[in-house]
Amino acid sequence: MSIEVDVIDVPKLTKLDFVSDQMVKWCPGCGDHAILSSFQKVLPELGYDKEDIVVVSGIGCSSRFPYYVKTYGFHGIHGRAAALATGIKITSPELNVWMVSGDGDSLAIGGNHFIHLLRRNLDINLMLFNNRIYGLTKGQYSPTTPTGKVTKTSPQGTIEHPFNIGELAIGSQGTFFARAVDTNPKMMTKVMLEAGKHKGTSLIEFLQNCVIFYNKAHGLITSRETKEENQILLEHGQPMIFGKGKDKGIVLRGTELKVVKLGENGITEDDILVHNASLEDPGIHVMLAKMQPPEFPVALGVIRSVSHSTYERRLEEIIEEERESQPIKCVDDLLNSGKTWEI
Amino acid sequence: MVAKNNNVVELEKVVVRFAGDSGDGMQLTGSLFSDAAAVAGNDFMTFPDYPSEIRAPQGTVAGVSGFQIHFGQADIHTSGDLADVLIAMNPAPLMKNLVWIKEGGTIIVDTDTFTEKALVKAGYKSNPLTDDSLNDFNLIQAPISRMTKESAAELGLDNKMVLKSRNMFALGIMFFIFNRDFKSADEYFEVKFKKNPLVVESNKLVLRAGFNYAETIEALNRVTYTVEAADLKKGTYRNITGNTATAWGLLAAGERSGRPLYLGSYPITPATEILQEITKHKSLGAKVLQAEDEIAGIVSSIGASFAGAFAITTTSGPGLSLKSEALGLAVMTELPLVIVDVQRGGPSTGLPTKSEQSDLMQALFGRNGEAPLIVIAASTSSNCFYYAYEAAKLAMEHMTPVILLTDGYLANGSEVFRIPKVADLSPINPPIVKANDKEYQPYRRDPEKLNRFWAIPGTKGLRHRIGGLEKEDGIGNVSHDPMNHQIMSEYRAEKVERVANYIPEQGILGDDTGDLLVVSWGGTYGVMYEIVKKLQEEGKKVSLAHFHYINPLPRNTEDVLKGFKKVIVPELNMGQFVMYLRMKFPHIHYEQYNKMQGLPFMEKELEDKFNQLLEEE
Repeated sequence: MSIEVDVIDVPKLTKLDFVSDQMVKWCPGCGDHAILSSFQKVLPELGYDKEDIVVVSGIGCSSRFPYYVKTYGFHGIHGRAAALATGIKITSPELNVWMVSGDGDSLAIGGNHFIHLLRRNLDINLMLFNNRIYGLTKGQYSPTTPTGKVTKTSPQGTIEHPFNIGELAIGSQGTFFARAVDTNPKMMTKVMLEAGKHKGTSLIEFLQNCVIFYNKAHGLITSRETKEENQILLEHGQPMIFGKGKDKGIVLRGTELKVVKLGENGITEDDILVHNASLEDPGIHVMLAKMQPPEFPVALGVIRSVSHSTYERRLEEIIEEERESQPIKCVDDLLNSGKTWEI
Repeated sequence: MVAKNNNVVELEKVVVRFAGDSGDGMQLTGSLFSDAAAVAGNDFMTFPDYPSEIRAPQGTVAGVSGFQIHFGQADIHTSGDLADVLIAMNPAPLMKNLVWIKEGGTIIVDTDTFTEKALVKAGYKSNPLTDDSLNDFNLIQAPISRMTKESAAELGLDNKMVLKSRNMFALGIMFFIFNRDFKSADEYFEVKFKKNPLVVESNKLVLRAGFNYAETIEALNRVTYTVEAADLKKGTYRNITGNTATAWGLLAAGERSGRPLYLGSYPITPATEILQEITKHKSLGAKVLQAEDEIAGIVSSIGASFAGAFAITTTSGPGLSLKSEALGLAVMTELPLVIVDVQRGGPSTGLPTKSEQSDLMQALFGRNGEAPLIVIAASTSSNCFYYAYEAAKLAMEHMTPVILLTDGYLANGSEVFRIPKVADLSPINPPIVKANDKEYQPYRRDPEKLNRFWAIPGTKGLRHRIGGLEKEDGIGNVSHDPMNHQIMSEYRAEKVERVANYIPEQGILGDDTGDLLVVSWGGTYGVMYEIVKKLQEEGKKVSLAHFHYINPLPRNTEDVLKGFKKVIVPELNMGQFVMYLRMKFPHIHYEQYNKMQGLPFMEKELEDKFNQLLEEE
């Protein structure tokens, strides 16, 4: 059933309010399951009525998402979810709009809509599942597949340079960029909540594992043995410290970031960069987004969150101003405006 | 002011063409002349003819900009074939337009511009003003530039500034010839140059200087013309272009349906003015997104439609190609959507500023899968208003995308429009589902129209998911069931077929039997009307069936076609509507007449063709 009758006066929504009756058809072990579960847990926390939430997607494994969430939903066509979400949000700014997409959907076929969504800064939350491969079409390389990777369409290894999603988003005037791993539900719900609260386009990159076509694409960052040395959870106002023994930190040397060891060469916590997600200048945010092993840990958490005007609010304001200032109040006024004559 | 002479000849219809460099202000001159025709109560149609370059090289044939007006005291249905009067501001416009002047017509030139250099640039080997090549015309040689400067000399403006109003001197000459009043032009100057009273004054002076000059010279043999007021129905009138009429029709539909209007569009010639016009009217609540591309234009509109807006996208042929996949999504999700295609010459970039009727097949069939939708076409600049409104009504009441076809000729042309009252337009009742409707299912259908219902996000108790995957009949879950796909495909087709029950029957101009039926559609109506009327007056058994509803066709279409010995389908394409008719009604024999020159039909060529068919056995 994809229509459900409301129970009147439900005092507090729970995760169950957002679980649809559709069988979830992702592969066992796919990272999407965990993202879906975290999302259903976050929705009751957002403070919206359940009818005011809309989930929109394009095409790809990730894009089956709307069928599994019991809200209003729209499963669109390949690459165009951003445009669908844009039309929905402009029409009804009061709706809480979530867009679900993948690295192929948003960065290849939908690249144009992706950058313009960020530039316009509509208040839409974009969850981008980055598994670095095409799953639904069974194993071709994507715009985030690392150079040299052998896939079905790169039997000799890819010769393309991959996008860094954070860098691309910030370059597209993105006001909110966060990253989370599909193995850490706590981290996911936290950034989802932050994204939900942010006014403007909030982009979350989920480092998501495709067990079938690119298993352990993010293994170094997510496996129990290596993750602490290879990921850093950034928190606004906190020093950038990571490592098994919380003994490493990030510093700025000249124009570059560097990993240093606390206690070595007289380095103390005071020398470590303190994360400021609300810096208007995106320079340091781009550097953080681009950090890669083995030199650096991968930055997780909210990397950038700045406040700009949103497209739909500005449009509402202009409409209000025009309604007050323009003499044309209805179509009859319009038809009779300008030069007319009687016969 | 009326010319002080007593040799006034009354005319029924006149065609005047203004031509100059693209910076000479010919479009403005033409529109001020149109305003004066309106004040005189004439019926008229206009057509601008300008290059696709913004400022093509000055003085060359490629850079010529023209404006034609056909006005009269009788019904005017076209912007006219050949001009009675041509004003050529330079040699190049004369070169380009000579073929468009009637034999014995009047040509007015600015002699000051006929320098050796300008003649060479325009491609003349000798000076047409002195080589007798214009002997068959009534040539008026006026030193327009020099007299423009002299007429405003007392104001102390610099020459360059004053010369900008050279076109107003030309307009003054035309005002004298056709006994026009200065009032409407004066009002225009006063508003346009409000901040610069000196420029207002200089334009007024130059306009009057042109008028007085024409009165003084003997070249006209002191003959002027009047064109009496047309016998138009009582009411308030205005001049309107097809694109403006389309925009206003859509705005009216938004207001009448109570749905907020959303337009997602990407600029493209010759459709851009609709986007520009609608976005001006945010005071009416119109929300407009200038999208990043054609695809985002339509897809954002589909999103808006899902969210409950009356959604529109506007484009031309190349843009419609890009929107094809999304049109399929609108068909599949059964959401209301109006797609306006202002046709231009194709294929590919083709002839962007020229008109054609060659997107019909694309509109009807240009999608993957079985994806039927409604296709209708406007036939005059002013009825773009009513067909845009109709497209909106059909889209919302039947929950389907509707393609409205207009063309560059209708879009840029203008004509007299009797202003309707919005309250008199037929109401639009979208099938919106009320909150907590226990019966609601995403693909539950109205038993009569077969439309599904519009459940708008934010409404209590109606949460549901739709999308491009095939859905289960009624309940709306994703379904790959073979029989379900059969049923849903049939529903989608039948829903569009049943629209025939809600549109008017096909009308016929003339008797419903006879020797020849002219079948046409879209922007060629005016010229078909003129010719068929003329042949009927000559006693010939000719009728006209001009189609506005293409898919579905009106229910009586076959009966209409059956009543004649011969049927001819003239189109500005290689035969698309005739191919469609052959497919639908194969037992009827169709003649066709096709033109692919980026130009409208000329009356003469159609008259010859129809007469030939009438004479042949």
